[in-house]
Amino acid sequence: MSVPRRLWWLLGLALLAVATLGLAVGAVPLTPSEVWRALSGVGDPAAIAIVTDLRLPRVVLGIVVGAGLAASGTALQMTLRNPLAEPYLLGVSGGAAVGAVLAVVLGVTAPGVVPLAAFGGAMLAVMLVLLVARAAGGRADSRVLLMAGVVVGAFCTAAIMVALGTAPEGTVRGALWWMMGSLGDAQWSSVRWIACYVVAGIACLVWWGRDLDVLALGEDAAASLGIDVERVTRRVYLGASLLAAATVAGAGLIGFVGLIVPAIARALGTRSSRETVLASALAGGILVVAADLVARTVLRPTELPLGAVTALVGVPFFLWRLRAGVAR
Amino acid sequence: MIHFDNVVLRYAGSQEPAVQGVTLEALAGRLTAVVGPNGSGKSTLVRTLLGRLAPESGRVTLDGRPISDLTRRQVATTLAVVSQREEPAFPLRARDFIALGRYPHGSAFSAPSAADREAVASAIARADLEALAERSTDELSGGEWQRVRIARALAQGGRALVLDEPTTFLDVGHEMSVFELLDSLARAGQCILLVSHQLNLVARFADQMVLLHRGLVAATGRPADVMRGDVLERVYEWPLVVTRDPAVGAPVLVPLRGRGTP
Repeated sequence: MSVPRRLWWLLGLALLAVATLGLAVGAVPLTPSEVWRALSGVGDPAAIAIVTDLRLPRVVLGIVVGAGLAASGTALQMTLRNPLAEPYLLGVSGGAAVGAVLAVVLGVTAPGVVPLAAFGGAMLAVMLVLLVARAAGGRADSRVLLMAGVVVGAFCTAAIMVALGTAPEGTVRGALWWMMGSLGDAQWSSVRWIACYVVAGIACLVWWGRDLDVLALGEDAAASLGIDVERVTRRVYLGASLLAAATVAGAGLIGFVGLIVPAIARALGTRSSRETVLASALAGGILVVAADLVARTVLRPTELPLGAVTALVGVPFFLWRLRAGVAR
Repeated sequence: MIHFDNVVLRYAGSQEPAVQGVTLEALAGRLTAVVGPNGSGKSTLVRTLLGRLAPESGRVTLDGRPISDLTRRQVATTLAVVSQREEPAFPLRARDFIALGRYPHGSAFSAPSAADREAVASAIARADLEALAERSTDELSGGEWQRVRIARALAQGGRALVLDEPTTFLDVGHEMSVFELLDSLARAGQCILLVSHQLNLVARFADQMVLLHRGLVAATGRPADVMRGDVLERVYEWPLVVTRDPAVGAPVLVPLRGRGTP
């Protein structure tokens, strides 16, 4: 089960290139060599400050968020055996949005509160999905989980509408901005813990790689191979959801990454879940940093919502994949 | 080596048990076939062997030990199940798909051992899949796909193989190749428990037949004992005759037209 070493080089170099670009482009443009000098702490003190304090946290957050969303999507797709499964569809993001929007609308916007509220909301949504699934099917059947996720997601959307509909004038824009996703609030204090969390989450998914491979075969086949299907499905679902929740807490709602990046990774030739999770993580980081670059440059000085950019890229790609799939 | 002893099985929430006291045994080196109409409880027995449905009463034993006393891994290294349907969500190389049969033998990060590689190679050889091993699973025909699934079960390395209607949707040639494969595995000492609707082929290949009817055993024994017109007619609720195939000498069921006319 191996993909050419070339692919890993390609992904690594692409990430490096896009990250360098992300550090170089901005109100004060820098050359790549200036960026590298600033990173190693030599040269113009202003450039060093711009790179290490302003742009680097943003780029690192982009990499971490993209990697987390894509790895989470890969794990969910394999566990639920559905190429459409992603954190967005499964209520995680909806729950996070409810938490964050409530915090914004209620005016509780002390530093760190909104991400915490988002994380709490996502956790609640995941618990709710597992409870609904248990009530409906009595076990963690993949179809039941999928449907429970969709239902909880719809419920969250309704709750957000209610919250926004009754919110005071000034707060709606802030809440909406958060819901559209942005890396603009990146600060080392928060980026650091989100990075730790995402690395730990991806490590778990890689550790469970063999389980994911077997779960992707289907429930009967997995049971025949000696896996406790319900328990392991629940475990992976919870792990992948927590991973997504952390990214949402860091950057708001960024759609389509968890959906399309795993498809890209598979199109690049990855097969086993370990390869797909790792390749997705790299490709997800590339995609989000690149999308952020687009979001903050095309209409400068106005910044576009990051979630909108990823969706604008994602929809055509998805249609293309769909066509390729149907054509076969 | 697989024993069902007066087993009653009931799905959660249903009033009537799907299996109402079935006793049967599948021995090593034998091809044992379970036949019966739709809904007679055949697949329910398989679900129990998958550990997905516990008996309400009676005992299911594997080598004399109750299956409920064994860990899932112990069961998986003794017995492999090829269930009725399987659609992989994401394509794999056939060889990698077959290698997943080694799952119960490894731990999270162990590299494939020499025994693993040998088991996979031997499974590929026994299922006659050398030419297809590098193909992607979504490029296989129905018959090739079933052979690949059987190969994964063989790679699992157990002494018992349970198959739930492995030849549904297969044409005559592929169906025969599956039956020939099962026959050769049984001759080589495997315990084969086969659930099938293909009464005529089962009658030619099986050492032992078990006919289920509404969750009970309606007849059991060698094919000649079970393939009796009066019994089958009652169980399948359709007029039929059982005759002897002039070419191969095995009993053959011939269903009649609606009103008993040929």
